Amino acid sequence: MSSRRVVVVDDHDMFRAGVRSEIGASVDIVGEGSDVDTAVKAIVGTEPDVVLLDVHLPGGGGTEVMKQVHQRHPDIKFLALSVSDAAEDVIGVIRAGARGYVTKNISGTELVDAINRVAEGDAVFSPRLAGFVLDAFSGAIDIASVDEDLDRLSQREREVLRLIARGYAYKEVARELFISVKTVETHVSSVLRKLQLSNRHELTRWATDRRLV
Amino acid sequence: MSQPAAAPPGGTSSNGGQPEPTPGQTQDQWRYKGWGPQGPAGQYQGPYAAYAARMGAQAGSGPGQSYLPPGQPASARQPTDAPRRAYRRTEGRVVAGVAGGIADHLGVSDTVVRLVLIATTVSGGFGILIYAALWFLMPLAPETVPAAPGLAAHTRSGLRSDEPAPPVAEAKQRKREKSRGQLPALVAIGAGLLILLQVAGLGIAGKLFWPLVFAATGLALIWRQADESQKDKWARDVRVPILGLVLGKGGWKSLVRIGVGLVLIGTAVTLFLVQNGRLSMVGDVLIALLLAVVGIGVIAGPWVHRLTRDLNSERAERVRSQERADMAAHLHDSVLQTLALIQKQADDPKAVARLARSQERELRSWLYDEEHDADQTIAGAAKQAAAEVEDSHGVPIEVVTVGDCDLTEPLASMVRAARESMVNAAKHSGAAKIDVFVEVDGDRVEMFVRDRGKGFDVDEVPDDRLGLRHSVMGRMERHGGRATVRSDPETGTEVRLEMDR
Repeated sequence: MSSRRVVVVDDHDMFRAGVRSEIGASVDIVGEGSDVDTAVKAIVGTEPDVVLLDVHLPGGGGTEVMKQVHQRHPDIKFLALSVSDAAEDVIGVIRAGARGYVTKNISGTELVDAINRVAEGDAVFSPRLAGFVLDAFSGAIDIASVDEDLDRLSQREREVLRLIARGYAYKEVARELFISVKTVETHVSSVLRKLQLSNRHELTRWATDRRLV
Repeated sequence: MSQPAAAPPGGTSSNGGQPEPTPGQTQDQWRYKGWGPQGPAGQYQGPYAAYAARMGAQAGSGPGQSYLPPGQPASARQPTDAPRRAYRRTEGRVVAGVAGGIADHLGVSDTVVRLVLIATTVSGGFGILIYAALWFLMPLAPETVPAAPGLAAHTRSGLRSDEPAPPVAEAKQRKREKSRGQLPALVAIGAGLLILLQVAGLGIAGKLFWPLVFAATGLALIWRQADESQKDKWARDVRVPILGLVLGKGGWKSLVRIGVGLVLIGTAVTLFLVQNGRLSMVGDVLIALLLAVVGIGVIAGPWVHRLTRDLNSERAERVRSQERADMAAHLHDSVLQTLALIQKQADDPKAVARLARSQERELRSWLYDEEHDADQTIAGAAKQAAAEVEDSHGVPIEVVTVGDCDLTEPLASMVRAARESMVNAAKHSGAAKIDVFVEVDGDRVEMFVRDRGKGFDVDEVPDDRLGLRHSVMGRMERHGGRATVRSDPETGTEVRLEMDR
């Protein structure tokens, strides 16, 4: 397998250098960006497989980068990376088009794993993101006003997400549920699609709701 | 009534953002003392010993002697060497919040202050003079909009793209309703008092009575309006145009208020002149008065305008520097101390990792968390338990929660069982990381504690190993729950706790 071409976008030089030294041997880092403008320029210029994208970025945040790049290159995939676990940030960046979300304290091998998975078109959920999604899709909803398919998780998808939230890797989820890893990936991708397209009130107002509790 | 003023949020942030060394915080701070050089009683003896002793002394002195005397507005929180200011109340006030402000400042009941003011007013009229003077001199207690500092900062500096609306409408509504009910009561009391005084013959000479009443009412209306607009200015930190200084956000209502006030004062002047038999002069005097007002306005206008602008920008600068100071104080109290400890422990990688992790968690919760209810909800309690285990055993624990509910007694036991499972995993499994998952789904509460460690044979656990049998399984069964353990050398161990709430 040829190594993936990756652009690293983060406003902290130290962090970019750290990522480079940690995963530079396993992937091909073709460009870097430190704010929205330089990031868009680097991405458009190199057309990488995957962009490692910081959620907080000068110039409008990671969502702005995705907005600008997706107009011209809808096929470039983004993996969001953040120190903030705030729900509004996580859900926001996924809904803007990221294929996955991991926290910055992820280990090097796990990060390479996640990059490969995103490059292949699958979704990457951290346990915390799985928890957020379960929370957002829980509870009763007004049946009449929803698109059943998009606004509700299937039983199987819930089971997969619960295992991910419990700290299971995809392989372990597959073994636990007696299904193939490929099926697990299908379920997670389907959840990602719902997360991005659903009009569930909870997804747009999730953070605000939580603040009011 | 004497408490609300303690509640208004402080100058910059209220939800845990204040860097005051409250007792709980300082104890957390020195949780690390076990790794520093130790004195005979386990007392930290390192270079920060003096600092620790100072903090410890404060922690022991109890809430009564902390930085913040009870009843003092939070906005007055300042280092002890700065003078303490009295502020007029913005909430729970009757006229202008003066009595309440004095009560808060002196730490006495506001009823007492009001009675004293009324008594001195009735016997000689000093009370009302004092009140008016203090109304003029005491500033309003400032208000702020709370937010997690990290998110607020990211939003301000454009690192985030969206901005959720703060839910403030409700509080405003409530305040408005209250003040609507107050006005008639105030008028009735004032009228009653006046009539009483007049009947008793203590009041003002007949000729002056009505002019004075009109003038006083008119002035009070205008003053109160000026007050309202000042309050608006606190709420929105923006430059206020010269007219806005008088009108505030009230729109036509404030215009009416000022108009009525002016008419009342005009009536007072007219009445005075009429009663003194100089009716013919009324027109001239009123015109002269009007001209004088316009003239003063024209002369002083630009100057007042510039003064307001300067004041506004200076105030904005002060707010910014206070925010910086808060941030600096917090960084000093937490991050710098930890960095110092890390340098001292540099040859012990485990201790360094533990310190860094603990500091990360503390900073993260300060920046992004808005709830600090460790002893009220199950999610809070689980996070708290994980934090404790993480600190004492040095293994990172990731807690994911879905849903939440109040922490009842059985659920508290469940959290204790989960804590014991975390301790077991941290001590025996050898795993680099522990995952904890808490889910509240309807009436059902489930907790999972999982590690990818070396595992053990569940059936072979000797009865004398108290941890698993008693602290986890026994405890769950006593409270009507269930604990199941799954473990093997390849996948590690997972403890599952379930209970109906």
